[in-house]
Amino acid sequence: MGYKYTIGNENYLFDDLKTLLAKASPYRSGDELAGITAYSNTERIAALYALSELPLQVFLNESLVPYEKDEVTRLIYDTHESGAFRTISHFTVGQFRDWLLSDEVDAMAIKNLKMALTPEMVAAVSKLMRNQDLISVASKIEVITRFRNTVGLEGHVSIRLQPNHPTDDPKGILASTIDGLMYGCGDAVIGINPATDSPEMSGKLLHMLEDLRLKYEIPTQTCVLCHVTTAIQIMDKAPVDLVFQSIAGSEAANTSFGINLNVLKEAKDAAERLNRGTVGKQLMYFESGQGSALSANAHHGVDQQTMEARAYAVARHFDPFLVNSVVGFIGPEYLYDGKQITRAGLEDHFCGKMMGLPMGMDVCYTNHAEADQDDMDNLFTLLGVAGCNFFMGVPGADDIMLNYQSTSFHDALYLRKILNKKPAPEFEAWLLKMGILDEKGNKLPIADKHKLLVGI
Amino acid sequence: MNAEIEKSETWQKLKGFTHARIALGNVGNGMPLAEVLNLKLAHAKAKDAIFTELDKELFRNKNSIWKLPFFELKSKIKNRNEYLKRPDLGRLLTDFPNETVFPKSDIVFVICDGLSASAVNRYADKILDLVLPDLQKKYTLAIALVEQGRVAVGDPVAELFNADFAAVFIGERPGLSSPESLGIYTTYKPKSGFTDEKRNCISNIHENGLADHHAALLLNFLINQSYKLKLSGVELKVDLNLLNQ
Repeated sequence: MGYKYTIGNENYLFDDLKTLLAKASPYRSGDELAGITAYSNTERIAALYALSELPLQVFLNESLVPYEKDEVTRLIYDTHESGAFRTISHFTVGQFRDWLLSDEVDAMAIKNLKMALTPEMVAAVSKLMRNQDLISVASKIEVITRFRNTVGLEGHVSIRLQPNHPTDDPKGILASTIDGLMYGCGDAVIGINPATDSPEMSGKLLHMLEDLRLKYEIPTQTCVLCHVTTAIQIMDKAPVDLVFQSIAGSEAANTSFGINLNVLKEAKDAAERLNRGTVGKQLMYFESGQGSALSANAHHGVDQQTMEARAYAVARHFDPFLVNSVVGFIGPEYLYDGKQITRAGLEDHFCGKMMGLPMGMDVCYTNHAEADQDDMDNLFTLLGVAGCNFFMGVPGADDIMLNYQSTSFHDALYLRKILNKKPAPEFEAWLLKMGILDEKGNKLPIADKHKLLVGI
Repeated sequence: MNAEIEKSETWQKLKGFTHARIALGNVGNGMPLAEVLNLKLAHAKAKDAIFTELDKELFRNKNSIWKLPFFELKSKIKNRNEYLKRPDLGRLLTDFPNETVFPKSDIVFVICDGLSASAVNRYADKILDLVLPDLQKKYTLAIALVEQGRVAVGDPVAELFNADFAAVFIGERPGLSSPESLGIYTTYKPKSGFTDEKRNCISNIHENGLADHHAALLLNFLINQSYKLKLSGVELKVDLNLLNQ
């Protein structure tokens, strides 16, 4: 079914829903690579008008990726709650945008929609929003998750300590971890990306982190971000807290990651049986990012932002502890510069939060993208204002294994200070006890023989 | 000033365990200026590395020792800016003369500039020096240089040689601490259209990362395992005990 909009004497025709969504998307290099962007600025605005008049109901009648061919689409439709959808079923996408911004709509009103919204509806409404709108609505939403501490409370922001090392050297990783803890980082998770995905190395690093955590009684969780099948393999002998996996918005893209919904369920069930959480049991950790489906040639002609929102439907199904987009990691062929990365980061955070996810963000860029630390400062601050649950803490912003720049331990101090936000409460109590931060969040002078420093 | 406090001896000692940017000190919430400038300099160098070129002469000279079938190919990319925006074209080969004959080879080594040609120029030939002598006894081998290539260009290259196995040597995204980092991607029975789950990867080969002789060990392991299991990718797990030998 086609869609149409007229501006002056010009008729703009859009063949189907995915074409309309793609042409309504703010320009980015990945959609151009896919050959699906609007051919002119005016056509893009025509698509926005047409999209604004579209009833939300349309998204329940027209699937973007065929139901028969794609288990993510089946998941989206099969878990949709039509009862909860009744609240908003009479809206067009444009009316939905206005309603979300209105003062009467609060955190609870949005939370009630969690299973009423399809990712395509959420992506559609985000396309009608300015950056400011994405921040306004997202900041209303509180998504709280628990494992060994509590992440996502209003007035708090957490940090994943990311102490990667190019050869997975345990001492090198430990040194970066201690450095990060001294800046108050690590409450979301201490999470290592292994340079090589092997069961032996993942197990070894997990044991190293577990020893550190137990020795200093750190109220946090650890993770080695190995492939989910590796995690399943080592679970009987290694201390696995969180189970990590990269996910995407189509079955074919997930296949390219070597996963499907069944494997994720198997991993979640197995990890739950380990019963390692104390204040809560949420334990899945997902990463995603715009462009990954296109990169696997598995985007089905759908724009990359909508495909990303579909990945959140996968995440939503597994009640995760952490989800983050790695927004600038994928490179300039998908998000060319700081402007595109900023827009995408705000979209991803908004869409994830709308779908009830504990969204964090790897605010980052690669050296072949047209971006620098100033762009990171901007997006980091914007997402802090939007209420993003967690960010990355990388030594000096420079990840020496993954070869990209993210946010630093110092950035965490900055954000907490200027926005008056605290670490996760259990972790904050530990930081006070250890004499690392004071009650105002200021970093304390560290004695030369501080027990964390001599612990290596 | 806090910046001084963080110069505490014990904290500084942590730097001996990693070249990550730790024990930097702080000025309030910020990094000391010297560290900010160090980061900017490293970023500038990394950006410059992206625009280096494959040293074809080096590999031609090396092949006068290796004496393998040797081909110089190009992707469909015209220049670096296009390379950054069009990975699809970097995965396809541009036309070559019709009369070119590619000999049937068991294993083809594909040498691509990727995002840091200087890394390839620096490490690829050294790793090949280590693995080629033994492999030549068991397999027929060939070498193909591909300018402006992406990892997946190895698939159509392998098809030209009707190869069972491809190892793509390619410059990785330059990092601040490692503007010259090489990756090797291996694929068993490569075919155009394969995606990443079919490949194994040896990453971070650079002066502060994986040493070239370790990379050679891992490459030999992946070749042997792929032939033994008749597969590559996520189902083939790497045994790192190898590196302790």
